Amino acid sequence: MSSNYEPGREIQLEIFRRMALLVANDEQTRRAVRTGRLVMPYYSYRGQEIIPSALCTALSDGDYLCTIYRGIHDMLAKGMPLKDLWAEVAGRISGTCKGKGGPMHLTYPAKGIMVTTGIVGSSMPIANGLAWASQLSGDGRVSVATFGDGASNIGAFHESLNLAAIWKLPVIFVCQNNLYAEHTTFEKCTAGANVAARAQGYSIPGVRVDGNDPIAMYTAAREAVERARAGEGPTLIEAITFRFFGHALGDNDSYMDQAQKKAAMEADPAPRFRARLIAEGLATEAELAAIEADVNARIEEAIASALAAPFPEVSELTKDVYGAEVAA
Amino acid sequence: MSDKDTTTIVEALNLALTDAMADDGKVIALGEDLADPEGGGVIGVTKGLSTRFGDTRVRSTPIAEQAIIGAAIGASLVGYRPVAEIMLMNFTAVAMDMIVNHAAKLRFMSGGQTHVPIVIRTMTGTGIANGGQHSDYLEAWFAHTAGMKVVAPSNPADAYGLLRSAIEDDDPVLFIENIIAYRSTGPAPKSGSRVPLGKASTVHEGSDVTIVAYSRMVQEAIAAVEALGKEGVSAELIDLRTVSPWDRKTVMASAAKTGRLLIVHEAVTQFGVGAEIAAEVSSELFGKLKKPVRRLGGPYAPVPFSKPLESAYAPDAKRIAEAALALVR
Repeated sequence: MSSNYEPGREIQLEIFRRMALLVANDEQTRRAVRTGRLVMPYYSYRGQEIIPSALCTALSDGDYLCTIYRGIHDMLAKGMPLKDLWAEVAGRISGTCKGKGGPMHLTYPAKGIMVTTGIVGSSMPIANGLAWASQLSGDGRVSVATFGDGASNIGAFHESLNLAAIWKLPVIFVCQNNLYAEHTTFEKCTAGANVAARAQGYSIPGVRVDGNDPIAMYTAAREAVERARAGEGPTLIEAITFRFFGHALGDNDSYMDQAQKKAAMEADPAPRFRARLIAEGLATEAELAAIEADVNARIEEAIASALAAPFPEVSELTKDVYGAEVAA
Repeated sequence: MSDKDTTTIVEALNLALTDAMADDGKVIALGEDLADPEGGGVIGVTKGLSTRFGDTRVRSTPIAEQAIIGAAIGASLVGYRPVAEIMLMNFTAVAMDMIVNHAAKLRFMSGGQTHVPIVIRTMTGTGIANGGQHSDYLEAWFAHTAGMKVVAPSNPADAYGLLRSAIEDDDPVLFIENIIAYRSTGPAPKSGSRVPLGKASTVHEGSDVTIVAYSRMVQEAIAAVEALGKEGVSAELIDLRTVSPWDRKTVMASAAKTGRLLIVHEAVTQFGVGAEIAAEVSSELFGKLKKPVRRLGGPYAPVPFSKPLESAYAPDAKRIAEAALALVR
């Protein structure tokens, strides 16, 4: 691929920093859930880290993100502070949503993380509205909706692409195609088995990239961002990837093609990227190890701080339902 | 509008939108056929808005209700005050995920970091042979959803004042307009006036029985109150105006005074708004009521097409008067 936006060393290192954070955070989360330190539904993103790491490196803090229940990687990559995140998934009052949202509804407007939805497909219609706001105000922000391949078969996807196209909204639709819609394979439930090709029906660019390749992913994201900022309208990116730990953590993944899964895990994009940075002389082993040690320490600190924080008072139950409390 | 004493609900709503958009550049509007090239709304409620305020602020949309509400929610999260039109109330069913799972809950789920100041205008009602999918009153669905507010005016002045308040409210408001009441006239609103949400109005004072109604049923109830007066029955009529949060104080005080309560709505009676009010009033005023609370609403059936069936569906002045009379005698 040749493009003006191919990432140089600094950008690749930035992508690595984010990726390292996501990989470590997933490992710590799985451990916390499996050992019973945390009780929460967890949809592991392990295997998909390159996508938001590259995407968010191409975005600014002010750009908006709407993500989904398998989206903690998106939020961390967009800049949600670890302490706010961990306190939230631990249900603490110091969590970013006071413990009321939990892992499926994390929100952090200071970094543009506007909505996290637990409903398949629902990140897209709302991202359009954020993009409409930017179009009205001319603030130059770009809105991103991320979602899975399963969401490409729900009505909201089609309604959103159509509206974004006719209104020429500054929005990017990022499909993280991990080849499974819950337990059903992508091919079995997706006519044509090509999400990017659906963009053609809406006369917008549709790009299929290897979501596990930081250079391809960054370049595609950057092109879409520049296009959106220039007022040229939406882009649909289909980033091909794989999720290593099933739909929900702890589910029986006998529905998965085990050979395919084994191959995907052996081709784990995280160590591959790491090895390439060293092989190409873009970073030293010591530099990368220092980044990893740093993120691990920060995560440990965030966990400790979260678990030490108080739970919300029961009186919180009826607060934040309305702006001014409404008598029931 | 100020040059005449009376106006219609359509004109009042149009004026409210025009004034709100003129006063606040953050007020925007979207919906099917909303802009002037498409007719300014099928009823004409939004006529003139896109011409005056531009077609990026006032936008006709595809027939795609999820996209409409989603766009309204998104813009509202970052400071805009969108007024989304869902042409007919039954079409809200197509957008329920956006309304119930998102608009109503984002404030709470985000711990108050975001909120969704949108108004969803929608019309409905029996009486024009629209049949089963274009006529329902579905307010109970939304009143049952924590985070939503539900407003249903019965006259032009309230329509104006409530819409202005709804647009300024920081929470999502479902705003119900009755199709056959659109052209009904009443005293013109004072430009710039507001009717607070959650505040009922006592349309007629009385001492024998309290009738609570909203939307077009208030108009039928007014006729019923007159008929009851001729029978020597003094009925108090309360126009709820806001279905949720409902004005408990005003309803309780009236029911305590008269000792008899009739709740009237066009929606199906079962599991309806009347059931909630009846339960609350019965609990609070148990022992003080002279008769059990009575509800009058639609039958537990879809809205029919055939004229005699449709006419029998929603309560009318005659049936309201009969029900009130049965409570008094």
